[in-house]
This record gives sequence, C-alpha cells and structure tokens, in this order.
Amino acid sequence: MTDQTMILAGKSHTWTRAKTGWAVFSAACLLAVANSVLPAGLVRPPEWLILPFADWINAIFAFLRDDLGLLHVTRAFADGVEWLLDVTANLLYGKNRWPRIGPVPWTVIASIGFVTGYALQGWRLSLLTGGTFVWIAVMGQWKWAMETLSVIVVAAPFSILFGLIMGILAWRSKSFERILNPILNIAQSLPHFAYMIPVVVFIGVGPKAGAIVTIIFSVPPMIRMSLLGLRKVPHEVIESGHMCGSTRWQLLRHVRIPTARTEILVGVNQVIMQCLAMVVLASFIGMPGLGQKLLQLLQALKIGRSVEIGITIVLLAVMLDRCTKAWATKQPEHFEKGTSFAVRNKFLLLGTGLSIACLVLAQFVPLMDQIGRRDAFTISKPIDAVADWFIVLIDPVTQWLRWFLITWVLIPIRDAFLWMPYAAVLALLAAVGWAIGGLRSALVCLAFFGLIAMSGWWDRAMITVYTVVVAVSIAAVLGFPLGIWGSFHEKRADIALLICDTLQTFPSFIYLIPVVMLFGVNDVAVIGAVVLFAAVPLVRYTIEGLRQVPETLIEAAGMPGAPRLQTLWKVRLPMALPTIMVGVNQSVMFSLFMVIIAAFIGTQDLGQEMQRALSSTDVGKGLVLGLAVAFMGLMVDHLVTTWAKSRKDALGLE
Amino acid sequence: MTAATPVISCKNVWKLFGANPEQYLKSLTGNPSFDEIRQAGYIAAVRDVSLDIAKGEMLVIMGLSGSGKSTFVRCLSRLIGITGGEVRVEGQNIGGMSEKELIHLRRNKMGMVFQSFGLLPHRTVLDNVAFPLEMRGQDRHERRARALEVIELVGLSGREDYFPRELSGGQQQRVGIARSLAIEPDIWFLDEPFSALDPLIRREMQDEFLRLQEMLGKTIVFITHDFDEALRLADRIAIMKDGVVEQCDTPDQIVLNPATDYVAKFTKEIEKSRVVHAGVLAREVNGHRLTGSAVGEKQTIAELARLLVTDSRDYLPVASSSGSLIGALNRQEALDVLLGEAS
Repeated sequence: MTDQTMILAGKSHTWTRAKTGWAVFSAACLLAVANSVLPAGLVRPPEWLILPFADWINAIFAFLRDDLGLLHVTRAFADGVEWLLDVTANLLYGKNRWPRIGPVPWTVIASIGFVTGYALQGWRLSLLTGGTFVWIAVMGQWKWAMETLSVIVVAAPFSILFGLIMGILAWRSKSFERILNPILNIAQSLPHFAYMIPVVVFIGVGPKAGAIVTIIFSVPPMIRMSLLGLRKVPHEVIESGHMCGSTRWQLLRHVRIPTARTEILVGVNQVIMQCLAMVVLASFIGMPGLGQKLLQLLQALKIGRSVEIGITIVLLAVMLDRCTKAWATKQPEHFEKGTSFAVRNKFLLLGTGLSIACLVLAQFVPLMDQIGRRDAFTISKPIDAVADWFIVLIDPVTQWLRWFLITWVLIPIRDAFLWMPYAAVLALLAAVGWAIGGLRSALVCLAFFGLIAMSGWWDRAMITVYTVVVAVSIAAVLGFPLGIWGSFHEKRADIALLICDTLQTFPSFIYLIPVVMLFGVNDVAVIGAVVLFAAVPLVRYTIEGLRQVPETLIEAAGMPGAPRLQTLWKVRLPMALPTIMVGVNQSVMFSLFMVIIAAFIGTQDLGQEMQRALSSTDVGKGLVLGLAVAFMGLMVDHLVTTWAKSRKDALGLE
Repeated sequence: MTAATPVISCKNVWKLFGANPEQYLKSLTGNPSFDEIRQAGYIAAVRDVSLDIAKGEMLVIMGLSGSGKSTFVRCLSRLIGITGGEVRVEGQNIGGMSEKELIHLRRNKMGMVFQSFGLLPHRTVLDNVAFPLEMRGQDRHERRARALEVIELVGLSGREDYFPRELSGGQQQRVGIARSLAIEPDIWFLDEPFSALDPLIRREMQDEFLRLQEMLGKTIVFITHDFDEALRLADRIAIMKDGVVEQCDTPDQIVLNPATDYVAKFTKEIEKSRVVHAGVLAREVNGHRLTGSAVGEKQTIAELARLLVTDSRDYLPVASSSGSLIGALNRQEALDVLLGEAS
C-alpha cells in the first residue's frame, strides 16, 4: 500500500467511525428529550441493577483481616514503623521516646539545610533550604513542621525501597508487569481518601496510620520511574557489562541501577512530593502536624494564621522539590589530582562544623535551641488586616460573582446533569468513545460508567462530574489564552513554566486557602479551588506544546512572516494539540482529586460520602466511591490518550 | 590445542529472529534467499557463515548497516545465542557452555569495544577501566595498578579521575579500548569502534590502533562499514551482505579478484595500487632471468610506481623481508594494477 492510499483508507475509516458516533449521539439526544416518557429503569439505574459492591468488599476485607489474620501482620508492620517514627519524633521535636536525646536545636537543622542546598546547587538553593527552616522556627511552627517532616523521613525511604524492588521485579518479569500496570493505573487515579479508609481499619488513626497511608500512596510513581529507568539503560552499556564478565547480580547492582540513576532519582523526587501532599491530608485521620493545624484554622476561618501555615507548606514543598531535582540532575565531577581530603569533603566538614557550633551555642543561648510560641513572630495580624480590607474592597464583586455563579451557572448546570437519564449519559459517552476510538473505546466508556451506575451512587457521581466539567471548562477558558500568550516570547514562556512547575509542587490543600478567604465556605469556593488547581497543567502544556512546534515547520508550511495569529491557527495549534490534550487529561485528574478533597468545605458529591465513609470506617463504601472517581479519571485518560495517539500518528509526530 | 587450531572457528552459523527460529531453521532446505526467509516472517541476520580466525590474525568484517555484521560478532562472544551451527573458541563449543563457564571465558579471554563506547557514566575513567577486574574479584590495589598501566598505554594518563561525560568522543573510545584490554584478553572484538568519531580523529585512532596491535599481537575481529578502514587494517576481510559472507580474503585478493558483483561495487572506486603488494603479484620464476635489485614483498605497487615506470626489465625479482627470493614480478601486470588495464 502506498502512503497515499494509506492516508485515504485512514480517512474513510474515521469517517465511518464518526458516522457511527453521530448515530449513537442522536440516540443519546433522543433518550434525553424523551426523559419524561422514559420508563423509570432508563432514567435512574433500577434496584436490580445495583450490586452490593460495598458489602462484597467488606466481606473480603473482613476475611483478610480476621480469618487470614492479616490484621496481626499489618499491626506488626505498623509497630515497626511506629518505633522508627518515635525515633525521628524524639530527634526532631523531642517526643519523650527512645533515644531521648532530642530535640535537635533548630539552628543545627537549619545549618545542615544551608550546607546541603549549597552542596547540591549553590547559594540560591542554600538560601531556600536554610531559609525555610529559619522561617519555620521564627514563626513558631517548629513542632508542627517537625511532626510533618518526621513522618516523611520515615515514609519516603520505605516507599523508595519498596518502589525500587517492585520496579525491578516488573522489569524482570513481563507477566508481573502486566498484572501490576492496571493496578498502578487505578492506584494513581484513586483519590487520597480512598487510601485512608482501609488504613484506618487495619492500623487505626494517628501518626503511624498517617505514615503508612503515605507510604502506600507514594509508591506508584517510584515503581514507574524505576521501570522506566531500567528500560532506558543503553543496550551497549549492558553488553559491555556482560563482556566485562558480570554475573546477573553484578550487572544489576553495578551497571543497570547506577546507569538508571537519573530516572530513579526523579522517582525519589516524586515520592517525596507525594509524601508531603499525603501527610498534609492525613490530618483527616488524626495525623498531627502542619496539615492538622491548617485544617483547624481553615475551618475556624482564621485566614492570617492559615496563610502562615500555607507559606510554610509551600516553602517545604518547593524546597524538597528543588533539592531532590538538583540531586537528580547533579552529574559527578572529578577533582584535580592531589586535591586534599579537606577540599574533597569540604561540604561534609562544613556541615559537621556548623552543626557542632550551633549545638554548643544552643546550650547557652536558649533561642538558638527552641523558639517558643511566645518568642515567635507572627504576621497573621497584618495579613488578616490586609485580607479584611481586600475582602471588603472586592466584596461587591465576589458577592455578585457568587450570586451569579450559583443562580445562573452552577445550579442550572447541576440540575441539568441530574435531570439527564442515566441511559442517555451512557449513550452519550459511548458516542464520544466511538467517535474517538471505535467500538473498543465505546465499550471502555460504557464499562467504566456502567460500573458507576451499578454502584448505586449515580446522583452523587453526577454532581462530581458536573463540578469537574464546570471547573475544567472555566480553567480552559482562563488557561488556554494564558498559555498562548505565554508562549509568544521565549523569556515569558520560561517564567510561566517556572511558575507552573512551582505551583504544581504545592500540596492540593494549599489551593483552598485563597478561595476560602475570598468566597467563604460554599460551592463557589470549591469550584474556585478546583479551577485554580486544574488551570496549572492546562497553561503548562499549552506553552510546552506550542513551544515544541519547530520554526522550520512554519517555514515549511510556506508561511514565514505570516501574521502571528494566522500561523497560530493554521500550524502551531494543530501541531501542539496532542500535547495540549495531555494537559487537559492531567487537568481532569487534578480536578477529580481536588473535588474530593474539597468535600470538607461542603459539597454534595462522592467526596462528601467518602468523608462519611471515613468517619464510620466503612471500607467497602469508601473503596466503591474511590473506584467510582478513579473510573471517571481512567475513562478520560483512555479517551485522551487514544485521541492524542491517533492525532500524533496522523501528524507524523514521534 | 595446537598452533594450527583456529582461535575462533564458526561452522554453518545461523541467526534468525522471529517467533520460533529453531524450528523454522530445521524446516529449511537448500539455500533460501534473505527475502524468502523474510516472507516466512523471520529476519535472517546471519546465514550459514563458516569462518576460521587464526591466532594473531586481524579479521575485519565489512558490511553496510543491516548486513548482520554486528549480530555476527555478538554470536562469537555469545552476547547473542545462535540459532544453528557451532562457534568454537579455542576448541570449546561456546553454545554448550554454562553461564558460569561463559562468564569465566569473558573474564579471562575476551575484550570488546563498542561503537557508542558503552561506558558506565557514574564511574571515573579509572573505575571504568578497572571494572572488568573488579568483576572478577581482583583486589583494589592490583586493579588500580593494572588500570593505570592500560590507561597509560592508550595515552590517557592524567585523566584517570575524569568522568566519561567530561571527555571528548575520541577520549571516551580510548577509555573503551583500555577497559577491553584491562584483563589482557587473547581475543579482541571491536564493533565499529571509530564510526562515531570525526574523520580526523578516526584516522588518528586507526594509527593508534595499529600501534597497539603491533605491540600486543592479539587475535582481532574488527567490524566496520568503511571499506577504506577495512583495507587499511585487515589481514583478511570478510564482506557481508544480508547475513551472508560474500567473500573472505586478503585485501589484495579482494581488490584484484572480487568474487561477486556486490564486492566489485566496493572495489571499483579503490585505487588498487595502494592495496596490492608486490608479494601477491609475484609469480614462479619459471626460467625468467632475473637481474638487478629486488623489490620487497611488503611494498605496495603504488610505492613502486616510479620504479615500475622507469625500469626496463620485464620481470623484477621479489624478495621476502628476510632477503630470500620468492618470485618474479611481471612489470606489465604491475603497471596494469597501477594504471588500469589498457583498453
């Protein structure tokens, strides 16, 4: 077949596909229009269709827990983790446990921060790392921050080790990878709360539960990155290892893993960021620390104090991200011959020296040891004042916006979603699936949403869908133009990408602070938080997609010197669309997560039910709800990747 | 093993890629072409190759990309298992070796240099070179001493503490060469070692390589896609196409008597006089009266050009390097090589 006939065949193929899609779409419209005359079984899932998934899951869990005695295993593991947690807790904030030598003075930790930052990248990172600790101490948040960090210090190494081992196993055995892949897909689209409920059942609440839920939650990216890294080791490097006479173990230990260093360290970076995000949220299951404080303050609407905590969490996130990224990208450099031990180990010596100096000084200057609440600074009053002034200033706008959004946008759209017969929704999704990927995609869509219908949570699910649809649409309206504008200049694009990257490191919880400040606790605040969170990947991938379009292509399109808007519409956007769709995909994922988290400021969707399941420790219900959310995300993911792939093939990219 | 036993001996070596290559190979009769095999769903990387490589010989395998040369050299060290036939190294069938025996063989007998170097990015030059020694469990002190020795041999002294990333391509390949020599292998595989380098550096590395070979006298299998490089380095050249060795002979014979049209395509553009040596053209004396001074058998026709044009003798005596007479050089024949046959 020549290239041309292939293209033609492809075209005629998608044409028939689109036709089927339209046919199914018409059926969906018909079903929707006929809503009032439809039999009840087509409007809402009938009783007999709803399966007691929750009871089944509960039965399985009860069997695992009681009959198999898994409870003892998990409790034993948890006790081990707790012992480690006690050690770090003693060192970092002086919890009265073995080895009873803590707390380490804050100046020691801060000086280690300064030196580590400098060693990894230079004085900027040094200032960020050390400065973060200084800020925490000076603001009197040392204990909470250390409670949070002590969990990360224990959880992250567990995750990294476990993820690496799983990654190696998946790399060694294809069949293991085939089993693992769908599990990872689901695990990465399950909302945070879905992880918490089983942990509460098996472990209980408190720091150890927080640590264990953090370990479980942060493992998947490590597995993925280890696998990717091991796959990417150049063929010749492995062959050279063989020819050097390495045994299998030597090859893994000395050749494969070190050569995959960068990917593995990127995995470490992701683990630590996931840990921070989860540890903050674990306040919902009684994990003390920054997250719990923030939750309390937000619920009490203490804006100034929550901003302070928010800044701390953001600083910690950015610092951990930058440090681990710097570590990942740092390449080894040689020392000139005859370099003395002192020079070769200058950072180690400097760090030790500074630590000892601070340790000694702290014995004489109490403020260098601990800064109590009384000595601490606070900027909450001025922040409150500014926030109050600002809120009063824009109150008419927010009031109007709130009224407008609620009465004219949110409620009507929500009602429309709830009015739709479920059969029409399923047909609609099948139509979209068919148009994008043919029968297979249509079936995938039907299966995911069919299962949601069978779970018995249709109305709640529709509210989640409505929130996400509205939020992503608003985010798109704001994000696309912003991204396009950002991509026009190289420099502007760099700055915008840096901002987006930084915003993406923030734990999702942080996004609630400004919206609660502006809108109070209601639907608009939820939508606002989701929009903020979802807009970031949109802007990011729009800029990246547009920037990737090579200049030569625009010249090849015969439009050098054509007006910017024209090249944008004719060449740049179509070429960038597959990348932009990755952003849309991520945006949907992020909003699903955010909607669920936002439940505690009052929603009526799946997240609200999940919170209830959490407080009543109903594993079955919690997992069913979590899976419902995951299925929504997976369906969108399937559609977007299928579409992007066919689009890329058509454009001849990759 | 006697001196006459080849160091590497291949008998009817086959390498097929596909779903069930062993079974398919058994079903084959006659000599199917590359395309016939491809139609059956298999890729024939190596087809029925039989070759012997003598001790101290440098065999260059020349072929364009996809000709199967890189696969073939990997069959010789069992980096790739073969589908059919037999590869013997110093008389031992490597196909039947256990993993342990194979590792032992590689640790003590074989060295290999790769096209894109295959260095370990996280190790210094010294640690890269010492890597094979480390694998076989030598202690740190010995490792270091030997590694420094080979590093000096390849002219990288003073760079021991550099990381591969900090070196130029030519220097990186020197590290690769040093590493392959660290264990003092008897057999040296080089898979397009200079192809990733700039032409000027490549020339320099070839000279360096010839110097090393002069000194070490290893048995060498050298892979290249560059016919000039092959002519420059080889004792014998095997030209591969679609997995088959089209011709395996000395450079002189390949240039003078290309066996197939494919080989002739390469030799057509070559200036034969630079390749052909007087010794190859020397015939039996056969009653000719030889007078005057002799030419050396190692001299190329190009080097003798002035003499051939100005001399009036019909036959010139050819002497070996030790000075004994080995034959007569027909001046007309030599001039044909120099100037092309009179048309």
